[in-house]
Amino acid sequence: MGSSRAPRGIRRRDLLTSTAAAFFVFGAEAALGRTVKGGLPWAPDSVVPPTPVSAVGWYFFTALEGAAVEAICDRLIPPDDGNPGGKQAGCAVFIDRQLIGSYGAAERFYMRPPFATGTPQQGTQTQFSPAEQYRRGLAALDRYCRDGLGGKGFAELPAAEQDKLLAAMEKGEAQFTGVNPREFFELLLQNAMEGFFADPLYGGNRDMAGWKLIGFPGARYDYRDYIGQHNKPFPLPPVALQGRPEWIGR
Amino acid sequence: MARKLPATDVVIVGLGWTGALMAEELTAAGLNVVAIERGPWRDTSTDYPTTIDQDELRFGIRLDLFLRPAQETFTFRNNLNQSALPIRQFGSFLPGNGVGGAGVHWNGQTWRFAATDYKLRSYLTERYGAKFLPEDMTIEDWGVTYDELEPFFDRFEYISGVSGKAGNIKGEKDPAGNIFEDPRQRDYPLPPLDPSYAMTLFDAAAKGLGYHPFPRPGANASRAYTNPLGVTMGPCTYCGFCERFGCGNYSKGTPQTAVLPVLMRRANFEARTLCEVLHINKDAAGERATGVTYVDAHGEEFEQPADIVLVCAYGLHNVRLLLLSGIGEPYDPATGQGTVGRNYAYQSSSGARLFFEDKRFNPFIGSGVLGQSMDDFNGDNFDHAAHGFVGGAGISCASTHGRPIASSGTRAPGAGRWGMSWKSQVASTYQNTTGISGQGSVYSYRDCYLDLDPIYKDRFGRPLMRMTFDWHDNERKMTNFIAERCTEIAKAMNPKTVQTNRLSEHYSVVPYQSTHNTGGATMGDNPKTSVVNKYLQSWDLHNVFVVGASAFQHNAGYNPTGTVGALALWAADAIKNRYLKNPGPLVQA
Ligand SMILES: Cc1cc2nc3c(=O)[nH]c(=O)nc-3n(C[C@H](O)[C@H](O)[C@H](O)COP(=O)(O)OP(=O)(O)OC[C@H]3O[C@@H](n4cnc5c(N)ncnc54)[C@H](O)[C@@H]3O)c2cc1C
Ligand code: SF4
Repeated sequence: MGSSRAPRGIRRRDLLTSTAAAFFVFGAEAALGRTVKGGLPWAPDSVVPPTPVSAVGWYFFTALEGAAVEAICDRLIPPDDGNPGGKQAGCAVFIDRQLIGSYGAAERFYMRPPFATGTPQQGTQTQFSPAEQYRRGLAALDRYCRDGLGGKGFAELPAAEQDKLLAAMEKGEAQFTGVNPREFFELLLQNAMEGFFADPLYGGNRDMAGWKLIGFPGARYDYRDYIGQHNKPFPLPPVALQGRPEWIGR
Repeated sequence: MARKLPATDVVIVGLGWTGALMAEELTAAGLNVVAIERGPWRDTSTDYPTTIDQDELRFGIRLDLFLRPAQETFTFRNNLNQSALPIRQFGSFLPGNGVGGAGVHWNGQTWRFAATDYKLRSYLTERYGAKFLPEDMTIEDWGVTYDELEPFFDRFEYISGVSGKAGNIKGEKDPAGNIFEDPRQRDYPLPPLDPSYAMTLFDAAAKGLGYHPFPRPGANASRAYTNPLGVTMGPCTYCGFCERFGCGNYSKGTPQTAVLPVLMRRANFEARTLCEVLHINKDAAGERATGVTYVDAHGEEFEQPADIVLVCAYGLHNVRLLLLSGIGEPYDPATGQGTVGRNYAYQSSSGARLFFEDKRFNPFIGSGVLGQSMDDFNGDNFDHAAHGFVGGAGISCASTHGRPIASSGTRAPGAGRWGMSWKSQVASTYQNTTGISGQGSVYSYRDCYLDLDPIYKDRFGRPLMRMTFDWHDNERKMTNFIAERCTEIAKAMNPKTVQTNRLSEHYSVVPYQSTHNTGGATMGDNPKTSVVNKYLQSWDLHNVFVVGASAFQHNAGYNPTGTVGALALWAADAIKNRYLKNPGPLVQA
């Protein structure tokens, strides 16, 4: 097997996975092109697993921003008897960790100018990365609450008022300065749902709360014994990429 | 200045489905082949083993395996009067990148376009009269026939390991399969996958209405399998992480599972990864290509001389490479002159969503192919005279996956998108919902085309390709007709509620629809209305072959890759058995 120009030990020169926050960085060498010849190339340690995030603290949000996002996630996905809401499920932690990675930086998106307003059919034309959209959106939301809703931040408002404001954002009726409230709402809703249902190693879906709610078995890979069991409950509990909490002594 | 490398017999741009198939054929014939691929090397054990593959966020949402718009994207507008803007995040379609191309993360649904498709203009004109077709519809005959392609369909199905049931073997019909299909020489290599619960309900309802449902054919192996190249595959486990994901089980027919293990052992084959071809080079007389110029990950440029250039970069990228290389005359919608970029088409989707109350569909048990389909309203399988439109759709009830982030937006009628109104129904909706969908043809039109964008550039400062496309009335009528049929079948399945999904008012690049982009480097027997001849050989440079769905003169109600694979093998056969003996145009213009 010939493999010229391949940096030793790093087969996945192709950058970080989107979902791994930038806790480790491959050298610039990681992007070398190379020639593959004489058989299927194989090198040890070439799988790039995702990096599990730590559940403690904020990496991107300020404490105030973090509290607001937790409160928002808890209204988008409210707690109800026995079922955690977005906050307890870790959706805000999930979003925080996503925003310090390649997703937050819009690394994969086409971000070249000129930026223009298009039709809905042409898709998003924002010049701001998701991280910038959160910074700007949360600042606009905070200003709106403090100026118009009695000097309190979003997290301190009563639940009914929070719901009203979120509904107004969704409809584009809340007047934010310099930020399109609808676009920001859509981003929040999309990321909150991602956090509620993504593998727990990304910081949300804590204790597989989202998967338990709907009955999704998680990272299983073989349903051959069950494809013929029509209209019957699936008997096994969910499992995540890192297993089940009890397997790893949590 | 590009560094000039030693010459090779064949250079292939892109090592996806078509590149891998053609490299296998041509190296087996003894030619030296170099494939140049802009993305990374990829394989099952290293890139999507079952220890990391079931990661919806990474692969399904952040699109880890796909082309990133930062590397290359397109601009888009609905019509000639709009300014095109860049697709900043991919949505409607998701091009591949890296060894295996989109073949790594396709579903595997494998169809043959109908015999009538290859002679669409003459066939429809003969049956319904020329006036029946809209004036600005620019469909053409393809210059090739179903009978010519049949052996190559067969070979692609056996290489990729298709599970299914034949409905027409040499004219003998079998209602367990698709009785509308054109004759095939033998059955599929593998029996159908096991049906899901939802599929059995659909099957009974469709039969009750007099239709002819059958298991959808495709390259998810229903059993252990050894293909004609000697590569073995394992049985599909219905894991539900199929399209958008690699297969960790060696069960999905992909370049990795079906071709590369054999191809990579050939001494006369070489792949170069993370190398992007910038353009195809021409000789001074403009009669032949001399090879390609590419840039590696350092930004260093190389020139790879070759006797034959195969453009296998995926339909859309094929067209952009021709435009950037100045091969052929760019199409001009104002005059109708020129061919490169002409007849870009897509597919239309419509259908019905069914909400039950007491079911357990277990949607997470599924595969990219798993579904029950019917062809009663596809192509010209029904008389269109009374309908006032042409074309049709394949109708399916599928069980491809129940991935939770993607499913979170499916709501019972009346439910909200968030809050308790959303949360209180999500569990029940997840288990109680299924769908019937129509994958519809889109024929080609004078104002639907591809050209170079005047403003937006890629990272090398070269123009992006611009897409101008919208639905036309013929497709609107057809798709609404299909939505009605889907709704009728849905009602016969007795759910509590049915929602009808109609065609969007305008085509949008935002919601995912399909990576079934066609046309732009079309095939035919007239150089005024096609870019390549029936062997996919360029009319302009006889040693350039442009392979992929770019050759389609229109899009049908079938997934494209069965036909793309057959065309690739057919073109490889023509190179081996005709072109090498006498290099030059295989068809006189
Ligand atoms: C999510 C998804 C699901 C799908 N499901 C189905 C299905 O069920 N049935 C079906 O029929 N089809 C399906 N398809 C479509 C199918 O994947 C394609 O039709 C098929 O892969 C096309 O083969 P190709 O060789 O033309 O392109 P690809 O397989 O995409 O290969 C093209 C290769 O060329 C490379 N390339 C491009 N430009 C350059 C350049 N300038 N230099 C070097 N390399 C370059 C690309 O990186 C890529 O690897 C699906 C696609 C997607 C994305
Ligand atoms: S559904 Fe089957 S073919 Fe598809 S990825 Fe899973 S095991 Fe592979």
